[in-house]
Amino acid sequence: MIPLEYLLTLSAILFALSVAGIFLNRKNVLLLLMCIELLLLAANFNFIAFSRYLGQLDGQIFVFFVLTVAAAESAIGLAIVVVLFRDRRTINVEQLNRLEG
Amino acid sequence: MLPLILFYVFATILVGAAVGVISSRNPVYSALYLVLCFVTSAAIWMLMEAEFLALVLVLVYVGAVMVLFLFVVMMLDIDLEQLRAGFTRFAWLGWIIAAVVVVEIAGVVVTHRLGIDVLRAAAPLPANYSNTTQLGTLLYTHYVYPFEIAAMLLLVAIVTAIALTLRHHRPGLKVQDVARQVAVRASERVRIVQMETEERE
Amino acid sequence: MSETLLLAIALLPLLAALLAALGGKAIGRAGAAAVTIGAVALSFIGSCVVMKDLVVDHAPSFNGTVYTWLISDGLHIQVGFLVDHLSALMMVVVTFVSLCVHVYTLGYMREDPGYQRFFAYICLFTFSMLMLVMSNNFMQLFFGWEAVGVVSYLLIGFWYTRPSAIFASLKAFLVNRVGDLGFLLGIAGVLYFTGSLDYQSVFAAAPAVAGKSVMLISGHPSSAMTLICICLFIGAMGKSAQMPLHVWLPDSMEGPTPISALIHAATMVTAGIFMVARMSPLFEYSQAALSFVLVIGASTAFFMGLLGIVATDIKRVIAYSTLSQLGYMTAGLGASAYSAAIFHLMTHAFFKALLFLAAGAVIIAMHHEQDMRKMGGLRRRMPVTYWTAMVGALALIGTPFFSGFFSKDALIELVHASHLHGAVYAYWCVLLSVFVTALYTFRMMFLTFHGPERLDHHAREHFHDVGWDMKGPLVALAIPSLLAGYTIGPVLFGGYFGDSIRVFPSQDVVGQLGREWAGSLHFALHAFVSLPLYIAAAGVLTAWVFVLQKPQWGDAVRQRLVLLNRILANKFYFDWFNEHVLVRATRALGTALWRGGDQAVIDGMAVNGSVGSIGRLAGVARQLQSGFLYSYAFWMIIGLAALLGWFLIRV
Repeated sequence: MIPLEYLLTLSAILFALSVAGIFLNRKNVLLLLMCIELLLLAANFNFIAFSRYLGQLDGQIFVFFVLTVAAAESAIGLAIVVVLFRDRRTINVEQLNRLEG
Repeated sequence: MLPLILFYVFATILVGAAVGVISSRNPVYSALYLVLCFVTSAAIWMLMEAEFLALVLVLVYVGAVMVLFLFVVMMLDIDLEQLRAGFTRFAWLGWIIAAVVVVEIAGVVVTHRLGIDVLRAAAPLPANYSNTTQLGTLLYTHYVYPFEIAAMLLLVAIVTAIALTLRHHRPGLKVQDVARQVAVRASERVRIVQMETEERE
Repeated sequence: MSETLLLAIALLPLLAALLAALGGKAIGRAGAAAVTIGAVALSFIGSCVVMKDLVVDHAPSFNGTVYTWLISDGLHIQVGFLVDHLSALMMVVVTFVSLCVHVYTLGYMREDPGYQRFFAYICLFTFSMLMLVMSNNFMQLFFGWEAVGVVSYLLIGFWYTRPSAIFASLKAFLVNRVGDLGFLLGIAGVLYFTGSLDYQSVFAAAPAVAGKSVMLISGHPSSAMTLICICLFIGAMGKSAQMPLHVWLPDSMEGPTPISALIHAATMVTAGIFMVARMSPLFEYSQAALSFVLVIGASTAFFMGLLGIVATDIKRVIAYSTLSQLGYMTAGLGASAYSAAIFHLMTHAFFKALLFLAAGAVIIAMHHEQDMRKMGGLRRRMPVTYWTAMVGALALIGTPFFSGFFSKDALIELVHASHLHGAVYAYWCVLLSVFVTALYTFRMMFLTFHGPERLDHHAREHFHDVGWDMKGPLVALAIPSLLAGYTIGPVLFGGYFGDSIRVFPSQDVVGQLGREWAGSLHFALHAFVSLPLYIAAAGVLTAWVFVLQKPQWGDAVRQRLVLLNRILANKFYFDWFNEHVLVRATRALGTALWRGGDQAVIDGMAVNGSVGSIGRLAGVARQLQSGFLYSYAFWMIIGLAALLGWFLIRV
């Protein structure tokens, strides 16, 4: 069978890639949202892996909810992007700098 | 043996697709790479005998969320020339941080610190095991409350998304006034006309 | 002598002063004068009654508490009176001179707009001085001490629109303050070693304190009693203007002449002398302190006299004379001749007040001209003033049969008989001072009253002699200047002071003199065969020659002895030292502390610095708020990585 470490390593790689993606990306706010999806996917991998190896289904239930939340969050995130684009006519992250303190 | 080989294949494709997501110049390509990520991870989940979630992943995530992504990507009039500009100044720092994160996670996993080495083998599942049934049983008994809350969350998300993007009274917008539609009476729309039947000439 | 009488004596002047000060238009000028003169007159009568009780009826001294002000940790701070022979003498002197000055003021300040204020002040002064001399504990003594200092400040600066008056009044107050620092340290020492501020308890505990020592410099113990006595004496140096704290007295002549007579001749400056005499039970235990007192006093007597020779302002000459005579008194105290010093205090009060008031009369007559070089030949124009001033002058130089002779010559003999360290130096100082005193006194007399008239045109036209409201007190003071000396027998040698003054038999020079005493007449005749008289005569002769006969010799001497002239003209550079060295150093220190300590450290670093550094920090931290989402995400992830790393390292 597939050893646990392989799955965990895979999820770690995905996580690291998505992290890199978040701040390597300066141009496209949509890419930011996609990297967040990748992040969540990596976490889900962990849940599934442990659920399998511990023999409990609770991990999968949690994945269920994570999926729900991810879907909701991406919907709202995209809605925000749409509204932002209407106003700014750009999705270049470097020009979206109004969130300063 | 076969599961392991399949795992390697799918894992490779997954990682390759993830790299494609972040390095792609075109956001449409990034979205499509992400779709590939999800599909291959669904395959891997299938390998781990989480069938229901694998299917849900494909249906919900790929079918709904990624479609939404693509929809927005194509709807927004993005200046692709600008997007083709290269990587940023702090690329090197980003890779370092990513490497640090990997090392940390590996440090947890590999160095047997958290007792992970105990979990070597997964117990085999019984013959008539149905992942969906089991999931359903657990969901509707122990986790019914979070389930309801998740439903509420989705409702709130719908409302939020619409509330954010809805524009009333844009000039030239044709909007339906539903109340008026429903209040229409037949007499306003239909007029019965009596006509003489005519002979066929 | 009852408590009520004593309270009346002390408080009536206070009441009158308050009425005169706050009454304003309600009581008017005449009312203010009447109220204050009445109160002081009543105090004088009361003091005479007290004196009679003590001397004639042999009543016991009164020592009692009138009011307990506060009790702190076992220490009782009270208002109380100790009225024995010493205080009774002082009370009589103070009230008598004060009364004369009050009456004199009617004439002197007639045209001054501050008339009422002046009466209020001098009456208030009388109250303060009485509280000082009647006190039975250190705290009330200190209260009186400070109060007379404050009133002196108010009176010196009476004409407050004059910058020189303000300068002089501040100088007097500040120099007094320096002395008061020593005084307070002395009182603290008394409290520390005896645990009480009440005279009786302190004097009873004195023998026990005499053996104790204090480690001022590690490894070298000093006698506690010496320390206490020297500190107390420093207070006396400030108040009684001994060197080097004498610098305020000549400047105090900026005030109106009546107060120069009252405060700076007869009463306030003698507070220091009174205090040392009162503390005789303490001083007797410390030979070192007594030597100190002796040397300081004798030096003051001689050197201040020298300054009187070159002064041109009539009041300054008398001021230096006061300094010199205070030196005599101090020297007497140092020689353990307390009674003689007090006796000289009494006679000096009379003839010095007389001289000041006479000078005041001359100044008024000359329309506020004080320069002696512009006077001359006034004896024909102001005979009463002239003859009373002559009585005072003769008393001052120690002419036989006048009061000053008895007290001064007694002091000179007593200093001669002392065996303390520095007694020989002191004797020569006081002896030579006799010459100097005679010289400046008669220089003043000749310049002012004799010789050709050097009045200028304006003075000549407006000259008018003063009325009897000013001449009356002059006569009133001339009488004791003539006759008070004859009380020397009973006062010094007849055990007048009794328990008020304590002297050890080994140091009792007065007792020694008393054994040889054969009466006042004998003493007066004895003068003709002893040195001081001839020295004084030489002084008078010198003055006569240099002023009246050959004035050009004076100019010649001045041109030859340039250096000496300059030293004397600059008053031995004491004022120069104070103003240029001490004041400048203090101001420099103050400025340095202000700039370096206050502005740089406290304002700059602590207050503004903390604000500024927070501002700078905020300026840096603000950069984090770039508004860019990716930057925020970046920082979050870095934080996450760091947190993970930390957990890993811990576990």
